[in-house]
Amino acid sequence: MNLTVFLPALLKGALVTLEATLLSAAVALVVSVVVGLVRLSRFRLLRGAALVYVEIFRGTSALVQLFYFFFVLPIFGIDLSPMAAGVIALGLNFGSYGSEVVRAAVLNVPRGQHEAAVALNYPPGLAMRRIIFPQALAAMLPPFGNLLIDLLKATSLLSLITIGDLTFAGKSLVQSQGHVTAIYTLVLVFYFVMALMLGRLMQAAERRVPGATAGGGR
Amino acid sequence: MNFDFDYALQILPTLLRATVITFQATVGGMVLAMIVGLALELLRRSGVKPVVYATKGFVSFVRGTPLLIQLYFLYYVLPLYGLSLETMETGILGLGLHYGAYLSEVYRAGIDGVPKGQWEAATALNASRTHTWLRIILPQAVPPMLPVFGNYLIAMFKDTPLLATITLLELLGTAQAEAAISYRYLEPYTLVGLIFLVLSWPSASLVRLIENRIRAENRNGR
Amino acid sequence: MGADPRQPILRMQGVSKSYGAVQILRGIDLDVEAGQRIALIGPSGSGKTTLLRLVMTLETPEDGTIEVEGELLGLRRVGDRLVKDSGAHLRSVRGKIGMVFQHFNLFPHMSALQNIMDGPVHVRGLSKDQARERALDLLAKVGLRNKADSLPRQLSGGQQQRVAIARALAMEPKIMLFDEITSALDPELVGEVLAIVRELAHETGMTMLIVTHEMGFAREVANRVLFMEGGHIVEDGEPEQVFGNPRSDRTKAFLGAVLHR
Ligand SMILES: Nc1ncnc2c1ncn2[C@@H]1O[C@H](COP(=O)(O)OP(=O)(O)OP(=O)(O)O)[C@@H](O)[C@H]1O
Ligand SMILES: [Mg+2]
Repeated sequence: MNLTVFLPALLKGALVTLEATLLSAAVALVVSVVVGLVRLSRFRLLRGAALVYVEIFRGTSALVQLFYFFFVLPIFGIDLSPMAAGVIALGLNFGSYGSEVVRAAVLNVPRGQHEAAVALNYPPGLAMRRIIFPQALAAMLPPFGNLLIDLLKATSLLSLITIGDLTFAGKSLVQSQGHVTAIYTLVLVFYFVMALMLGRLMQAAERRVPGATAGGGR
Repeated sequence: MNFDFDYALQILPTLLRATVITFQATVGGMVLAMIVGLALELLRRSGVKPVVYATKGFVSFVRGTPLLIQLYFLYYVLPLYGLSLETMETGILGLGLHYGAYLSEVYRAGIDGVPKGQWEAATALNASRTHTWLRIILPQAVPPMLPVFGNYLIAMFKDTPLLATITLLELLGTAQAEAAISYRYLEPYTLVGLIFLVLSWPSASLVRLIENRIRAENRNGR
Repeated sequence: MGADPRQPILRMQGVSKSYGAVQILRGIDLDVEAGQRIALIGPSGSGKTTLLRLVMTLETPEDGTIEVEGELLGLRRVGDRLVKDSGAHLRSVRGKIGMVFQHFNLFPHMSALQNIMDGPVHVRGLSKDQARERALDLLAKVGLRNKADSLPRQLSGGQQQRVAIARALAMEPKIMLFDEITSALDPELVGEVLAIVRELAHETGMTMLIVTHEMGFAREVANRVLFMEGGHIVEDGEPEQVFGNPRSDRTKAFLGAVLHR
């Protein structure tokens, strides 16, 4: 077996994996916050629509969603590049889980904080932006960290829609070079190291957001 | 291109039969995961340092790597070492190991949740180790874990389409096969999505209901 | 009514509030003149907090109206019907009221200074420099000029409550509501907080509604005392009269119980 062939190919794949992870995470983050807040909105119709989205994307399989975006959407004339289809599908899938994280974290901010905002005459949007959301953020980060690592792992599915990620690179190497055990072990180790790095990154982020819990009233 | 209801109806029975395969994989995977999870947690508590570290390392490695590659690994590597399994067996093994790593943490929380006094009472009664675990600790630890198990069961159910990649003809694999024959993607994949939704949404709601009930009971009980 | 020169600063008319089937406030009528400092006393559960929360719009009455300087609070007149108010009009009326809570409710992610500045900057539109200057003045007034950059969790309960008072004052309300602002404090910290309110009372002549169980403090600071029980205002008078010579037997019994404890 020839590491000088394996490693560059796997590294190239790992970069694609990283790119896909970060892009999907960006989509998922935006979706999480928007949908999570809409789920708490005063408008029933909006709330209902958000709930339907969440239930559909949590209720079906990520891989099925991915295939839907890749194989079915082109039938309707929506022709996305594989990467775009993958990033959108994973972003929406993880956004549905993330929106629940946002919702729960916002709901967990003590009632006294809402009341203080009313007493200081904050309009609802401003209260959310300046008072409630910043406090909820601390509670969101640990579950977001877990989701990010799940997302990293889920990007391996992108290899099934022709994206040349780490998994794809491993599969191609196996096909051209053999050495199944060595290559798949290496691929696993690559993912593991990336997961550890992302975990560290999120821990660092957590330390920078003050654990906004003490003295918050009830 | 419109949704062809006739075609959809025509492939529906095939897909429903494939749902049975999906079920078998889910149930098999869950049973194995519950055993593996408990075993891992007991090893982690064994007190033998090398065993403890190895177990922790294994759990975090399995949790830190994609199920897809784990499945490839089992499917392609095990036979090289003389272990030839059926596709279904490989799938169940993959799901069981992957989710077992997650469930070991659930067991940990559940077992940690049993009050210390129960251990002391067991000692006071001079109960054997096996008796303590089987009759005293686990019966108290497991019920609060059940909703969490339920959530992992549903998650595993939604992960079964990955078994299509190791040629198991479960739901998604069957849909792919149909699509390959008819060149129609809309109907098979839509049906697969709907079947998943119809099965997992009520289950998830049920688990949530149980969770809320347990939470309410704990609140009243304290 | 709007032309009345002696228009009350706060007027409650027939205000009722229930939680579920339990009626907490039963048709409260109350006129508060500018400059009055009202001590609200009464047994636990009599509805004192609920009354303040209604005035702060933290609750909505199911009956009756509340007016601030002749303007409806939380309600808007549409034709001859009253509908729930929101938006700019609600805020223009609500801005005249400030409240200090039992549990302080400081914003834990902001320093003491930021807690005080944030509302003036973002709600009232003051410039940052202006707001900071005012906030530092207020911190000095409550004796915490050196704690400007401390987070709430780095402050004692008494200090937190003093910051909370400064924060409410920074919004320049015309009416201040205090709900048992010392009852979550260790006994040795009560004095420093009461001293601030006392000073405020004597220096500014601000209108105040003070719910308190500290009868000595009520007697000293208030110029009007309301005794509440069972969702009614049972007695209403000057401190000397209510404390020295209560008219109602209920008041007598209550004061007898709390003063001889
Ligand atoms: N959100 C609520 N839901 C249901 N009941 C409530 C709620 N808030 C208050 N109550 C009830 O209303 C009654 C009056 O409460 P309130 O807090 O106004 O009394 P209070 O006079 O301030 O008493 P205390 O001196 O104990 O603070 C109490 O019996 C209380 O249990
Ligand atoms: Mg009260």
